[in-house]
Amino acid sequence: MKSPAGSVPGRKSTIPEKGLIMSGYGINSEMETQEALRRAGMRSDIVHINDLIAGTKRLSEYRLLVFPGGFSYGDDTGAGNAYANRVRNNLWDDVCEFLDGDNLVLGICNGFQILANLGLVPAFGRTPAREIALMPNRKGVLECRFVTLKPASENLWTRGISHLYCPVSHGEGNFYCTDETLNRLESGGMVAFTYCRDDLGPANGEFPYNPNGSRADIAGITSEDGKVLGMMPHPERAMEFVNLYDWPLMKEKLVREGKPLPSESVNMRLFHNIVDFFRG
Amino acid sequence: MASHIHRIEVRYRDDPRQKTRTDRFRSLGFPVDAVNLVDVYTIATRARDFSQAELAEIGAQLVNPVVQEYTVDKATRAAFDLAIEVGFLPGVTDNVGTTARQTIEDYSGYRFGEGEAVFSSQLFLVCGALPPESVERLLATLANPLVNRVHVKTREEYGERGMDPVAPFVSLHELPTAETVDLDLDDAELARLGKEGIRDPLTGERRGPLALDLPQLHAIRNYFRGLGRKPTDVELESLAQTWSEHCKHTIFASAMDDDVPDGLYRTCIQAATNAIRKERGDRDICVTVFTDNSGAIVFDETFLVTHKVETHNSPSALDPFGGALTGIVGVNRDTIGFGLGAKPCINVYGYCVGDPDTDPALFRGKDRERPILSPRRILDGVVHGVGVGGNCSGIPTPQGWCYFHDRYVGKPLVFAGTVGVMPRVHGKRKLYEKRAWPGDLIVMVGGRVGKDGIHGATFSSEALDPASPVTAVQIGDPITQKKFSDVIVKEARDLGLYRSITDNGAGGLSCAVAEMAKESNGCHVFLDRVPLKYPGMAPWEIWISESQERMTLAVPEERLDAFMDLMQRREVEATVIGRFTSSGRCVVECHGAVVMDVGLDFLHDGLPKKHLKTTPVVTRNPEPAVPCPDRLDATLLAMLRRKNLCSREFISTQYDHTVQGGHVLGPVQGPGRVQGCATLTKVVPGSERGVGLSQGLFPLYSEIDPYRMAIAAIDLAIRGLIAIGVPLDAIALLDNFCWCSSDDPERLWQLKRAAFGCYDGATAFSTPFISGKDSMFNDFSGFDGENNPVKVSVLPTLLISSIGIHPAVTSAVSMDAKFEGDLVYVIGETREELGGSEYFLHLGSLGNRVPALDLGSARARYGRLTKAIERGLVASAFPVSHGGLIIALAKVSIAGRLGMEIAIPSAMRPDFYLFSESLGRFVVTVSPGNRQAFEESMGGVAMLLGRVGGSCLRVTAGRPIIDLPVAELEATYRAPFGGY
Repeated sequence: MKSPAGSVPGRKSTIPEKGLIMSGYGINSEMETQEALRRAGMRSDIVHINDLIAGTKRLSEYRLLVFPGGFSYGDDTGAGNAYANRVRNNLWDDVCEFLDGDNLVLGICNGFQILANLGLVPAFGRTPAREIALMPNRKGVLECRFVTLKPASENLWTRGISHLYCPVSHGEGNFYCTDETLNRLESGGMVAFTYCRDDLGPANGEFPYNPNGSRADIAGITSEDGKVLGMMPHPERAMEFVNLYDWPLMKEKLVREGKPLPSESVNMRLFHNIVDFFRG
Repeated sequence: MASHIHRIEVRYRDDPRQKTRTDRFRSLGFPVDAVNLVDVYTIATRARDFSQAELAEIGAQLVNPVVQEYTVDKATRAAFDLAIEVGFLPGVTDNVGTTARQTIEDYSGYRFGEGEAVFSSQLFLVCGALPPESVERLLATLANPLVNRVHVKTREEYGERGMDPVAPFVSLHELPTAETVDLDLDDAELARLGKEGIRDPLTGERRGPLALDLPQLHAIRNYFRGLGRKPTDVELESLAQTWSEHCKHTIFASAMDDDVPDGLYRTCIQAATNAIRKERGDRDICVTVFTDNSGAIVFDETFLVTHKVETHNSPSALDPFGGALTGIVGVNRDTIGFGLGAKPCINVYGYCVGDPDTDPALFRGKDRERPILSPRRILDGVVHGVGVGGNCSGIPTPQGWCYFHDRYVGKPLVFAGTVGVMPRVHGKRKLYEKRAWPGDLIVMVGGRVGKDGIHGATFSSEALDPASPVTAVQIGDPITQKKFSDVIVKEARDLGLYRSITDNGAGGLSCAVAEMAKESNGCHVFLDRVPLKYPGMAPWEIWISESQERMTLAVPEERLDAFMDLMQRREVEATVIGRFTSSGRCVVECHGAVVMDVGLDFLHDGLPKKHLKTTPVVTRNPEPAVPCPDRLDATLLAMLRRKNLCSREFISTQYDHTVQGGHVLGPVQGPGRVQGCATLTKVVPGSERGVGLSQGLFPLYSEIDPYRMAIAAIDLAIRGLIAIGVPLDAIALLDNFCWCSSDDPERLWQLKRAAFGCYDGATAFSTPFISGKDSMFNDFSGFDGENNPVKVSVLPTLLISSIGIHPAVTSAVSMDAKFEGDLVYVIGETREELGGSEYFLHLGSLGNRVPALDLGSARARYGRLTKAIERGLVASAFPVSHGGLIIALAKVSIAGRLGMEIAIPSAMRPDFYLFSESLGRFVVTVSPGNRQAFEESMGGVAMLLGRVGGSCLRVTAGRPIIDLPVAELEATYRAPFGGY
């Protein structure tokens, strides 16, 4: 399937900046994340964390760092926690140096859990500290289903996005923080995406729109400096129109209205935004 | 053993799962006020102790301080009435403990050595006054005595000190030598050796079943007499593994009666595939059939896809979670072990279990000893096990099913399958071919070897009885497997670092190495080099252990350094354990002594041939004597509530079915979220093609007409794919026979009839079998509460799985009704065929008339529907299956959250018409604008039933017989498993 983005001026070329996608120890969404970036116009390398630790690959050669989805260490000792410990115990200086540069960091699902345990979000005052938690889902089991998200603030990640419609698939995505932290997140425009109803009205904690019991329906937040985004849902798992849960109905509707079928889904906008950031 | 033991206890300040957990225990009948959970890490070291300051920092790494708190060597303080700590027994895989150990090592720089470990356990703090029998039942719910250790304290006993630190290390005193075994025994004693195993010279106890019968033991005795020596225990155990029903499929391979001299497999399954491949010539879709760990078909010019479906029934009966988990990660290895390694890209599952609302009193031992697990326990465990396996491995699990019947209470059936994808070639190498060369090194990768799973292969070849071995239980470690799966399939394969690979499954090293040794014609193994989980294992145990997450590879000498270096960088344990040779022999050494030296020809082909006899079974069942009710509203609601027809979505949503980004048609469809019959998944990014998966299963038909049962299963497996737009010529099949009492001539006759059905069905549709598996003794033998012997045999069960390549997924069709005003058709003829149907079961009679199918006209009809779907004339399509036409209509309606007006165009008894399970039918909805084109395209085989519209499902048969709001149908459809 051809990407319609290819026909938009300025999107044809692949940018020179490269992304580094972390892998190893049970991370599992690295390939589709790489594919989403590729379609948006950014090359990336999938790098095993041990190759970074051994120094055979260097973070400083990249402009985007992605912690993709997965089940690192089987979610043992808390989802994302063990992988975060491995990063903190071995790569901390490299990561801090990377954050000081004009670079972006994206964490999806397990990646968000890793970022939260590393304290890279919200990182108030650019100081990493654990301020939030992604607790076990209220239902106590993994929940895999499509959710609707809407942006809660305008930033480089959410620019031009009306909504996203993509899967969640996690056992521990129940966002929690204290009242004080929540105030700072909201007043600082750091809530990136919230779970909402099909009509984009607030989910207000109601299952299944809010699939896990997250506080304030929060699905994703950025760091205070805006360069780091962590989110539980998986835009990279529904890149195409035919990946969307409701595509058969939408297709029948479009066909009867005599309209063409899109090939790309709304979710690709997030990846285009990343590439646009580097394009400047 | 460890001399320094510390406990770190972790809890949520405000546990988000607390309410769900408590509600679940209440729904199971426990009068609890609350159940709180504490995670416990027991750190046991001996070479060094950790200081309290270090332990505090370790604790900080094991929690998220925003929501959790921890104590070091201090009891968690809480209000409760009963404390129950559940940990693992010595030697049971403890993944959480392993992760905690790795974190501590990473942080402290200290490497845990022998006799040092971290153990995880869970402490349940129960509030509420439970009566003693309730406590006993609660313990049985929380812990499985084959896997878990349990410690219980009342609040008073718990006091200030809390639970006691326990470090469950394995302590063994086996002799690390091989013993010779005397086979010069009388036949009675020899038979006992085969049934109960070798007598251990130290303990005097039998080691567990060899599952060798007398002719087999005689053949072995003769072979070793020829060599002039006695066999060692290693040799005998090894032959037992290789010759087991599980590995050699003797029942399918043996001559049967006078008309099947070549055995059922060659005559019915392989012959069908051969005939189809020959007939199709260059349009053949098969790449590899039957010979490798999975079967493979062409995906497109560049890629192939593999499929394999396994069963893991006996282990799941004893430990549902561990059995199902090892089942799914085991079949993943059949993908990684296909050719030079395919990437697992879709998991499928299927469960046959007893009704979870029942709790039959059956026992493995006399005097109510060792009760069977309740169907609910088994269901919860297997659902969870397959979920953890797929979720942790990053493999989507969209497709599956669940079938309930009382005949599965003694032994559940757990089917687990995996689809893989790989390029057909890499450079000049064909990736679907492999061959170990003489001189290649034998390398074992993955987990270490322990006593788990010993006698798994021979055990699954026997019926479950009081002597079933406990070491047959294994718990999987999906992350260890994920690590080697990634490095093999995504790195080492394309670097050309090995020449052959296979899974260590049933029979462990003994089967894997001996199988690969056929490629080079010999092997020489050094057992003392095999890495062990704990010291003290005997050579025979190392050789046949089924410890999970291992594979064996043939690595050329010149690539060994590169291979080992890569494995080390990915933290995958890899060990050279020997060398492939061309000696024609399987030679095994341990500490300098040869403990096995057997010719490969005898090992693989020395098995004595059998000639099986069958006896026809004629059954005559009562027909239901109930007149047709005036209205069928209540009947339809009752049918929708039947567990085999209602929603089991609680399974689908806890299985990740979107990872790898290929979701097209998932496990549930439409706004009303109804479980479809088939799924469609993209497995190659950028390709327009997709992999469709479906299946068919009609075990109730087996007891009436096993031939028609097989045709029905094949037909439904195919029809599920036709309905989403996969053309017939792109479909291949897999067979899984799960039979019972396969030494009974009547059961063998049923088997033979079913196998004949397989041949006729597959050849009529020209859909080849590419892989299959059988499990022949799914029987439970035990006692009821009054010590009466009880045997429960499963229904003779044949699962047909289908895989098909969809040429362009944008033309795929889902099952949900789309728009008001669309026309509703049924394609295919409805006859009075209700024998073994869900409706007759509902009425309490089995009946006799099992659906028959005119295969030729069905094939023509399916071709027409495929064309209509290709042309975009179909808005929705759904196969009519269990429960008949009205259940299909109701599901299409619920899925679309749209009503229907239906008029029955038949003089048949309305209930029979609506609930008949006649094969070869679809419910299809069509836009009014496409009416003429669709009807012409179908050539008169589509019958107009009515239209989509309104908010109710209305059915008339000359008079109104059903009028129900779709919302009520949906609520009813969801009700039975609503609390799961």
